[in-house]
Amino acid sequence: MAFTLNVNGKALVADVDPDTPLLWTLRDTLGITGPKYGCGIGACGACTVHIDGVARRSCTLPVSAVGMAKVVTIEGVGGDAVGKRVQAAWSDLDVAQCGYCQPGQIMSATALLKAKPTPTNADIDTAMSGNICRCATYTRIRAAIKRASGQSEKV
Amino acid sequence: MTLQPTGASRREFMSVTAAAGGGLLLGFAIAAKAEAAETAGAAALNAFVRIDPQGVVTIMSKNPEIGQGIKTSLPMLIAEELDVAWENVRIEQADSEPKVFGLQIAGGSMATPLNWESLRRVGAVARAMMVQAAAQAWNCPPGECTTSPGQVIHKASNRTASYGSLAGLCAGLAQPDPKTVPLKDPKDYRIIGKPMAQYDTPRIVTGAPLFGIDVRLPGMLYATYVKAPVFGAKVASADLAAAQAVKGVRKAFVVEGGTNLAGLLPGVAVVADSWWAARKGRDKLNIQWADHPTQSQSSAAFARRAAELGAAAPQKSLRNDGDVAKALAGASRTVEAAYAYPFIAHAPMEPQNCTAAFKDGKMEIWAPTQNPDTGRGMIAQLLGLKPEDITIHITRSGGGFGRRLNADYMVEAAWIAREAGAPVKLLWTREDDMQHDFYRPGGFHFLKGGVDAAGHVVAWQDHFVTYGQGDAVASSAAMGAGEFPAQFVANCSIGQSTMPLGVPTGPLRAPGSNALAFVMQSFIDELAHAAGADPVAFRLTLLGTEGMVGKPPAAYNAERMRGVLKAVAEQSGWAGRGKLPARTGMGVAFHFSHLGYFAEVAQVTVANSGKVKVDRIWIAADVGRQIVNPSGGLNQVQGAAIDGLSAALYQKITIENGAVKQRNFGDYPLLRMADAPPVDVRFVMTDYPPTGLGEPALPPVIPAVTNAIFAATGKRIRSLPIDPSLLKA
Ligand code: FES
Ligand code: FES
Repeated sequence: MAFTLNVNGKALVADVDPDTPLLWTLRDTLGITGPKYGCGIGACGACTVHIDGVARRSCTLPVSAVGMAKVVTIEGVGGDAVGKRVQAAWSDLDVAQCGYCQPGQIMSATALLKAKPTPTNADIDTAMSGNICRCATYTRIRAAIKRASGQSEKV
Repeated sequence: MTLQPTGASRREFMSVTAAAGGGLLLGFAIAAKAEAAETAGAAALNAFVRIDPQGVVTIMSKNPEIGQGIKTSLPMLIAEELDVAWENVRIEQADSEPKVFGLQIAGGSMATPLNWESLRRVGAVARAMMVQAAAQAWNCPPGECTTSPGQVIHKASNRTASYGSLAGLCAGLAQPDPKTVPLKDPKDYRIIGKPMAQYDTPRIVTGAPLFGIDVRLPGMLYATYVKAPVFGAKVASADLAAAQAVKGVRKAFVVEGGTNLAGLLPGVAVVADSWWAARKGRDKLNIQWADHPTQSQSSAAFARRAAELGAAAPQKSLRNDGDVAKALAGASRTVEAAYAYPFIAHAPMEPQNCTAAFKDGKMEIWAPTQNPDTGRGMIAQLLGLKPEDITIHITRSGGGFGRRLNADYMVEAAWIAREAGAPVKLLWTREDDMQHDFYRPGGFHFLKGGVDAAGHVVAWQDHFVTYGQGDAVASSAAMGAGEFPAQFVANCSIGQSTMPLGVPTGPLRAPGSNALAFVMQSFIDELAHAAGADPVAFRLTLLGTEGMVGKPPAAYNAERMRGVLKAVAEQSGWAGRGKLPARTGMGVAFHFSHLGYFAEVAQVTVANSGKVKVDRIWIAADVGRQIVNPSGGLNQVQGAAIDGLSAALYQKITIENGAVKQRNFGDYPLLRMADAPPVDVRFVMTDYPPTGLGEPALPPVIPAVTNAIFAATGKRIRSLPIDPSLLKA
């Protein structure tokens, strides 16, 4: 079945079964491989994308439920001023180790900062609780969110 | 990344003079002319360095990148001695070509110690060739030339020449002797010791394809592979037709497989146009598995058997110094305790995957691997191919932690691609990954110790019950006879008993140490408590006054360990811990592994509910005289500590009915943001060769935390993961 999706500001057509998760539609059909597969059950956040500005796990979201909602992936988030700032903070602080979780982390952090421009530590804990970093770069993730929101990075 | 299979290694034609091993770096052949032509105007100075006319320097990174930062830090060594500006350096991941690049493995925290000298010499040789080329062009003695980043200078005649302009002139030059080529004085370093962001950072933060899972080939199909929950059980029946009836599924087939738990195991492959279609096909297979001899093994039964073995005499003695029985009888205080730790999984963030293309008798592989050449050997053997007909491209790995030292998933991909007759990307589900790991083996220790009236440890006895068959111990389930505090206690006996295991085990970040440090440093804490001593002072006394103690493989520099222990005590405010509130405490531990000396302090607060919150961790580390990349180094140490904390608090793999019970992050939780404490790291610089950082920071954090729990609550944690129900107020 052909679905027309709005991904990173472009209309893209994917011919897939309606139950195909958005993650696999993006990765395998549309070749947008920034969102990552980590668990497939909504437990790790590696697949996080924005659906109309809200951070969502694309591994559990069937493509048929997306409609014409605006999908933004890590490939497109730099088109947004907040997303760009978050990416810059991630680069400045050299946050990543393996980097596999980081697209998801950046998407969650960007959604947080768009909703709360100066988040507290508790806000960060809550907003980032769905994203696992197996390499445990949490210290730098927190610092990068602080930096992107213009707060002191000291913990 | 859409890649075109090339069918052959790009560097096959290079003439190489040396054999495998670190030493070969000194014997690389100088640029074949063909190589220079091939790379569009850039001249290859050796297997590692190309320079184009604009002065852009391309450095090959030989080792697999799994998040340890090696793709940045090894090229830093070359770039430093080559004397170029880091901004002008491009880094390329080398394919697996041990004849060209030597050992290409991410394991044992060995990359820094093995390459520190040799890769600097690679850079220095290339620099010397730049100087020679300039001297020849200017007709002056090379000794009169110097370099500044990216150029050769002849002061006397006030001439300069850029590396870009000189690179093309190097082809005919004699190669300087790597052994005698001069190296920089460390005080002149411009790159080594400076915090450098990972080279791939811009690609990571924009989601560009980098990882094995991102590989896409023209005409590529997707595969899933189902193995028995009981390791090695055969397929009795499977409904292949039902799977093949699913839209998009091209083929479903049974793989006979073998009995080696590290090789190709029996299972069913489903190959489809998309991975989702393959997964849907998989759900229709209705596989019946044959009975298997290990189907009744369980963690509970292992624990019962361990208790029986522990109560009897050890099957084997690993060490017997002095007279332990007599020393225990004469001790003023004795302590007896049993410790245990579970199997744990690596659970790297990127599930196992591998892409394979088989054509005309040649196999091309793209793999997130820590150990590509082992994969090549196994594929060659299984498929009856010549090793030289197998090309392996090393992709970035979404974490490794030791899991990707094994090549089971590479062998599966190769087999399935050949059967499918098309390029195939095999991707495991998270559940496959959780249930088919090479687990950190569990283990059991039955300990007795004694202290004298002066607070010295006078007796130490450990009966270690582990997995294996007689003397043959399962992978990563062994303990050395020199395990601390052996060599530091006059009366010391270590015995070992084994029980058979049908679960694959393997190295996990700081193998052995990641469990043994918990046991030894906890029991030392018990003895300190029995002696009524300060845990830091007690440990300093135990470490004695010597420098080097023992000989390799048990050589232990007690002076370096005392150094980090004193440093961490100061850094953490250990002396002031008496002022901490109720149910808050500090614990200390140290451990030597992977050539690194680490002492760590944790402060924890235990809620009345028993929930443990780690408030802060302090780490003092001695890995020699130089941190190659302080940014990556700090990230590794902090990550290792939090990784250890995750294991201490949450991780446990349970065997039931011969299979792993846990399936995904729901029942195998990993530590998340809210539980991650600040980690203060201090590098204690000593005049020893630089050594690795990825692993040795992990082991001490676990006993530091459990010892802190004792300080906070008076309750001793003797089994992992920490059970909060034991810690209720
Ligand atoms: S892959 Fe979607 S949450 Fe883990
Ligand atoms: S950087 Fe490796 S999982 Fe986060």
